[in-house]
Amino acid sequence: MDTKKVKFPHGIPGHNLSEVEREIPTGEPPAWPINDDLKVVGKRVKRTDALAKVTGAAKYTSDIQLQGMLFGRMLRSNYPHAKIKSIDTSAAEKYDGVYAVHVFKNAVGMAQAKDGGNSAGFPDVKFAGQPIAGVAAISVDVAEEALKLIKVDYEYLPFVVDLEEAQKPEAPVVFKTDVDQEDRGGGGGGQSGLKTKGNLRGPSTSSFFGGPRGDVEKGFETADFIVEHVYRTQVHTHCSLETHGVVVDWRPDNVTIYASTQNTNSVRHEFAEMFDLPKSKVRVITEFMGGGFGAKHSLGNFGVMAGHLSKKSGRPVSMMLDRKEEHISSGNRPNSVQYLKIGAKKDGTLTAIKQKSHGTAGVGLGAGVGRIAQVMYECPNFSTEQYDVFTHAGPGAAWRAPGNVQGAFGLEQAMDELAEKLNMDPLALRDVIDKSDVRKVERQRGAKQFDWSRRKKPGSDSGTVKKGLGMAQSTWPRFVNLNSTVEIRAYKDGAIEVRSGVQDIGTGTKTILAQVVAEELGMKPEDITIRIGDTLFPTGPGSGGSIVTGSITPPARNAAYKLKLELFDQVAKELETVSSKLSMSGGFIVSQEDNSKKIAVKDALKKMRTEQITTSASRSDDYGGFKMGSFLAHGDLGSVQFAEVSVDTETGFVKVDKIVAAHSCGRPLNITQLEGQINGGVIQGVSYALYEYRVMDNETGHQMNGNLDQYKLPFAMEIPEIETIIVEDYGGRSSTDAYGIGEPANIATAVAVANAVYNAIGVRIYELPITPDKVLKALNKI
Amino acid sequence: MVSPIHLKVNGQPRSDEVEPRLLLVYYLREVLNLTGTHVGCDTSSCGACVVLVDGKAVKSCTMLAVQADGSEITTIEGLANGSELHPIQEGFKEQHGLQCGFCTPGMIMTALQLLERNPDPNEAEIREALDGNYCRCTGYHNVVKAIQYAAKKMKKEVFHD
Repeated sequence: MDTKKVKFPHGIPGHNLSEVEREIPTGEPPAWPINDDLKVVGKRVKRTDALAKVTGAAKYTSDIQLQGMLFGRMLRSNYPHAKIKSIDTSAAEKYDGVYAVHVFKNAVGMAQAKDGGNSAGFPDVKFAGQPIAGVAAISVDVAEEALKLIKVDYEYLPFVVDLEEAQKPEAPVVFKTDVDQEDRGGGGGGQSGLKTKGNLRGPSTSSFFGGPRGDVEKGFETADFIVEHVYRTQVHTHCSLETHGVVVDWRPDNVTIYASTQNTNSVRHEFAEMFDLPKSKVRVITEFMGGGFGAKHSLGNFGVMAGHLSKKSGRPVSMMLDRKEEHISSGNRPNSVQYLKIGAKKDGTLTAIKQKSHGTAGVGLGAGVGRIAQVMYECPNFSTEQYDVFTHAGPGAAWRAPGNVQGAFGLEQAMDELAEKLNMDPLALRDVIDKSDVRKVERQRGAKQFDWSRRKKPGSDSGTVKKGLGMAQSTWPRFVNLNSTVEIRAYKDGAIEVRSGVQDIGTGTKTILAQVVAEELGMKPEDITIRIGDTLFPTGPGSGGSIVTGSITPPARNAAYKLKLELFDQVAKELETVSSKLSMSGGFIVSQEDNSKKIAVKDALKKMRTEQITTSASRSDDYGGFKMGSFLAHGDLGSVQFAEVSVDTETGFVKVDKIVAAHSCGRPLNITQLEGQINGGVIQGVSYALYEYRVMDNETGHQMNGNLDQYKLPFAMEIPEIETIIVEDYGGRSSTDAYGIGEPANIATAVAVANAVYNAIGVRIYELPITPDKVLKALNKI
Repeated sequence: MVSPIHLKVNGQPRSDEVEPRLLLVYYLREVLNLTGTHVGCDTSSCGACVVLVDGKAVKSCTMLAVQADGSEITTIEGLANGSELHPIQEGFKEQHGLQCGFCTPGMIMTALQLLERNPDPNEAEIREALDGNYCRCTGYHNVVKAIQYAAKKMKKEVFHD
């Protein structure tokens, strides 16, 4: 490939901004300057999809209504562990208004046992809520009536739903053989090939960041100070306001699936594989989507069931989960019990980090605590052992920075404690052990905005309601998915259209695509039509891992650049110059030699030989290569968050008064949308810190709070003031140099709150959520 | 068994025969195809289904269609005047008061009742009025700004009239 050398901005404006030279493919556009010198990128551009959303015109999957559409519901096991001896669906099939009945032959959407785990042709039941059969009928009510007519003969078996009980030798075993669970488009699963013994699978000791380093025991021998504790986090359910669901429209020639998904590509892949169809005959559409947070990457057992019911009935079938099903079966952030030991020298230098964790993703994999302890700080000696513990409960799923939110709760409390032992300010300790430039700037700017100097000694605030200040940091990799393609069409009437399979799950992908293309073409974002979330268009990445912005915006810009060059070729002669001497701005193509020679883009498009011209581009390799493989980019997405809390020492009630969240994401594309994402991540973090936890009943194996009434989310009155600081951090790694913020926004909040609570009351709380009873216990008041 | 109902929805008279068990929200969504009113839960907790019934904000998952017999219903689809957005809709659009947008119609309808009762609410009053409407994506700060924007604009409009 022919290349050219181009200079890119590099570093952090106001700190160390410089330039870096990169060798890039000749067909790619020149470097953009920093955001100050751009017109629409990096600005507060309004969302392109707001009009549809404020008028009720936006059609979510649950709003899809097709001619002849049926409603599907699933029969779920009321028992957490059972073998199915027989199923009689005859009465349901005859029930008036029922068009199809289907019985699962295999369990879908959970870890798969090597021996299949089937008895009598039916999958074994492994959690209360596991779907067994489904019905499609003229209404939800009729479908539910028909479900009651299905007779299932169970052989009940003992079960266990508690993390610590499940590890005892006498505990009922969930999987009798080794298991694996494939990662579905970034939505979970676990490291393959690990051994299962009893209910324990693992340990996982390595990641793509590598394996253990050095010798931890020797590292502890050289330490002057040791911090050693066990930290506990709860099971947390995603609670997207739109539940999981699909509408499957199975026609003889092709199948159309309307899906509330974060990954149109992965849903198509799974459906095609499951029903043995070529991908060309499966179309997945996600035009508007009501929240996912990691749990909506895969087709799901409901999608498989809807496929069977639509195929059998010959009609479209809508299958939306209800709120209880959403809680018990569609994913959760697994809990954790983490042992963490950290050694340090007097000056703060770390000598060893040792981590051991157990967590349960129920019948799924993915209960590790992430890799934040492995990578955030300089430490020569590191080891981790992370175990999945199986229980008879619904499968876990990815959730914003899977594992890392749990891992940060341990790591960043330990660092807070270490700083105190060393008699150092927590920020000063980070200055010693954290080599990240961007987090250093975030600490400085954040501390100033937050006025960190107000922080008093732990527990020293007077009065009943004590104020406390705390902080915590996070890192998240810059993931890139090269399987990201954008097509741009320019029509004779002047319309510009951007097409990609990538979906906008609410985060603003449509708007940033419009900005990037508008910037390149010298147009306004509102002049660009964005059509995404449809597998008829070129494949886009799944919306997980903060991967979308870094993967899809460079090809969007590159395709726009190609389009621009094609247009230049068409009009150069008329403007009495050559195409390399043309530029595009303000809706005009202008000669750089004589700016009186120009033509409106609209007029140039009228002169095209064909009705439209189409260009496309796929994500190219990072400029200067990757840190690893072709998915892990150089640099990281660092954040530092500061929390201010008030703790009522009489009631134990904690209120988070304020969060200052300092973040970086390469080149920021849309400040307003980034603030929106950070606000959302922070609020979910506050809620994780104080309110939300799944309550399981050990006697029945059922979730006791599988609704939005007793499962507590915050309302508008319960959230803190939030201030955001977005640090521009240029690396010259792609034509946009931009990355996402979804994961980073959520990692540090809960532990920053925990550190602030410690600062307020002088007693540390090692378990989430920090509910009043835990505070009062910590204060020896109950 | 079906029962006749006669009501006005977004100014249009409607007569239908519905099952007595049919919830108002499903009447609006499935019979009238007004899918802007959403369903987020089944415990009247989330507020995605809020509509106005005779001017009062009601969670339409908590009311039967037959109970709305004789009422005037306003849904999100009935708020704009042609292509001219209601100031509250405009506020949500201008102030980035939404992300995925699933909760937005319910938020807007709740805000409508608030501003009709209290045209000049302070921030605490706005937050209190929103107690009963969940947003999971981006939280409430910009929703509050959207309602403040609308309150300001609606006051100006009254003044001009």
